Amino acid sequence: MTIIDKTADVPAPRGAGDHEGPLLEVRDLHVEFHTREGVAQAVNGVNYTVSAGETLAVLGESGSGKSVTAQAIMGILDMPPGRIPKGEVLFRGRDLLTMSPEERRKIRGSKIAMIFQDALSSLNPVLTVGYQLGEMFRVHQGLSKKEAKVKAIELMDRVKIPAAAARVNDYPHQFSGGMRQRIMIAMALALEPDLIIADEPTTALDVTVQAQVMDLLAELQREYNMGLILITHDLGVVADVADKIAVMYAGRIVETAPVHELYQRPAHPYTRGLLDSIPRLDQKGQELYAIKGLPPNLLKIPSGCAFNPRCPKAQDVCRTDVPVLHPVTEQDGGELPGRGSACHFWKETIHG
Amino acid sequence: MAELTKDGEAVDPTPSAALDAPVGRGEPILQVRNLVKHFPLTQGILFKKQIGAVKAVDGISFDLYQGETLGIVGESGCGKSTVAKLLMMLETATSGEVFYKGQDITKLSGKALKAVRRNIQMVFQDPYTSLDPRMTVGDIIGEPFEIHPEVAPKGDRRKKVQELLDVVGLNPEYIHRYPHQFSGGQRQRIGIARGLALNPEIIICDEPVSALDVSVQAQVINLMEKLQDEFNLSYIFIAHDLSIVRHISDRVGVMYLGKMAEIGTDVQIYDHPTHPYTQALLSAVPVPDPAAREGRERIILTGDVPSPANPPSGCRFRTRCWKAEEKCSIEVPLLAVPAPFVGKDTPAAHESACHFAEEKDVVHVH
Repeated sequence: MTIIDKTADVPAPRGAGDHEGPLLEVRDLHVEFHTREGVAQAVNGVNYTVSAGETLAVLGESGSGKSVTAQAIMGILDMPPGRIPKGEVLFRGRDLLTMSPEERRKIRGSKIAMIFQDALSSLNPVLTVGYQLGEMFRVHQGLSKKEAKVKAIELMDRVKIPAAAARVNDYPHQFSGGMRQRIMIAMALALEPDLIIADEPTTALDVTVQAQVMDLLAELQREYNMGLILITHDLGVVADVADKIAVMYAGRIVETAPVHELYQRPAHPYTRGLLDSIPRLDQKGQELYAIKGLPPNLLKIPSGCAFNPRCPKAQDVCRTDVPVLHPVTEQDGGELPGRGSACHFWKETIHG
Repeated sequence: MAELTKDGEAVDPTPSAALDAPVGRGEPILQVRNLVKHFPLTQGILFKKQIGAVKAVDGISFDLYQGETLGIVGESGCGKSTVAKLLMMLETATSGEVFYKGQDITKLSGKALKAVRRNIQMVFQDPYTSLDPRMTVGDIIGEPFEIHPEVAPKGDRRKKVQELLDVVGLNPEYIHRYPHQFSGGQRQRIGIARGLALNPEIIICDEPVSALDVSVQAQVINLMEKLQDEFNLSYIFIAHDLSIVRHISDRVGVMYLGKMAEIGTDVQIYDHPTHPYTQALLSAVPVPDPAAREGRERIILTGDVPSPANPPSGCRFRTRCWKAEEKCSIEVPLLAVPAPFVGKDTPAAHESACHFAEEKDVVHVH
């Protein structure tokens, strides 16, 4: 499985059932926001693919465009001010962006579901969790209120909420943070989707609860053979669960790699900087490595490589030419499947 | 310096023995003894009746030494931020003492309290809400001088503020800007500059980097370490990111449900934890190395932290502990060096509040 599938070698079939190849494919996606200060270019040509049973981690800082990409896939972007000037989002070969709203609504929730970061503000505080979980069944499958409640209890059991039958009529505020996140997961799983997008699912949780929730998510993913897009900034969580990683910076993917390779040999100075700024045991008492400067303003992204003002390796070419995602190879030219780096000096970064 | 026993009784009670006298490195500058904070739960509107209490902090004791960083870790709701507020005297303690250079500051008020407060400052978690959006940076950093005019005479303040901006790595010309013109990392630098304004001896940092991006966190941590060396500061560093706490701390205390579960040097806590809660907490931290996925033992705790309004009897961790026996529900374990390790020269010989303390290395891959 390569990560950067070239447009050319993607098979043509557009039928729903007989589609082979990746579950989801994002091609050259652009998203911009029109604001009073100007046009903010949040996503500038993102490509990635996810297959069934696979976990893709999208790693990036705030403002890197990782969540906006996910919202564009889900079709929950606020438009306006958002706009998608270019790009395709192919789900089983069909472009979601050109579908009618009705068709899209059928896919959203039942085929692609999303888990949000902050469970307390994502759940409706004036409706019981049972009602909110049951909504999926009532709307998509036309079940009655009673049947939907039974299904809701099953789901709560599924995500290991103790005493589910007794708690189905409770309101979100009556649950702890970890339990609320489980309800979010249950809601996403309700219709057994093919793909789940989890946007920072554990950022608001404590480490002990984070471990419980990530374990549950991994278990359910294995069971249903779902594709998972995990959006996060936590290098620890990524190392634990991801199969492959896409690192985003200023709306572009700057590096893609299988998880082991990325941590061993990063091929982009930004990835290297992120990995180096993790406190390590042998560095105790010394200064931490810090990437200098600040993430760029999306209203005026630096010319050339967006990372150049913060990059220790930047040269003149970086200020003028936008680097494409080069396929990364071994020193002797041997192929490294799934690896790519958007750096003019990727060779020096990985082999130097 | 008043000698203190563990129970908090001053053996040599010489209070207010010159607050400005310097404390040598390695001597305790802050001693906390049996600190308790209960928030009452009341019922009724006209005739309020207390029906219980949230035991946010329930008897903790520790020392902070001159020039060191004491990290405090624990899950949300364990009382770490309440401890910070108690040390700052932003909350009144229900009982217990906090000795600053031998003087119990929980009993102080008026002028004496104001004098102590100058020396204990705080840096808050969220740089977006802890800076007044309608004040300029100069006003924010200069505000402490209004309250303590003796530190900087009026004509001198602008210069002082610019110096502070320079110290924390911001352009001194930004003095007339407003907080919204800065990024998160820069705002946290402003918060740090405000904390430094009065030349304090102790800075209490409550989750100072958790709201920041990964690449900016390292910058702020480096700044804090630099300032500590430069101004000989003592830090209490409250955080939930265990790897950052390890990096910056000399000693670490682990809190659970209002009590200190274990306290020791960073090596003692991270490499030789003896309390089951510390072991579970450390093993749950995701390691940023995919090679550690297999072969690493993970202790996944079941359930959530119990309510501090109704904590379990005996050991508070027993409801989630895999070692719990009957003894744990009856006897409250004391924070002391566990019996098997007393007098032994091993890193496991540090204070741990568990009846069945046992060494277990959970961080390293076997």
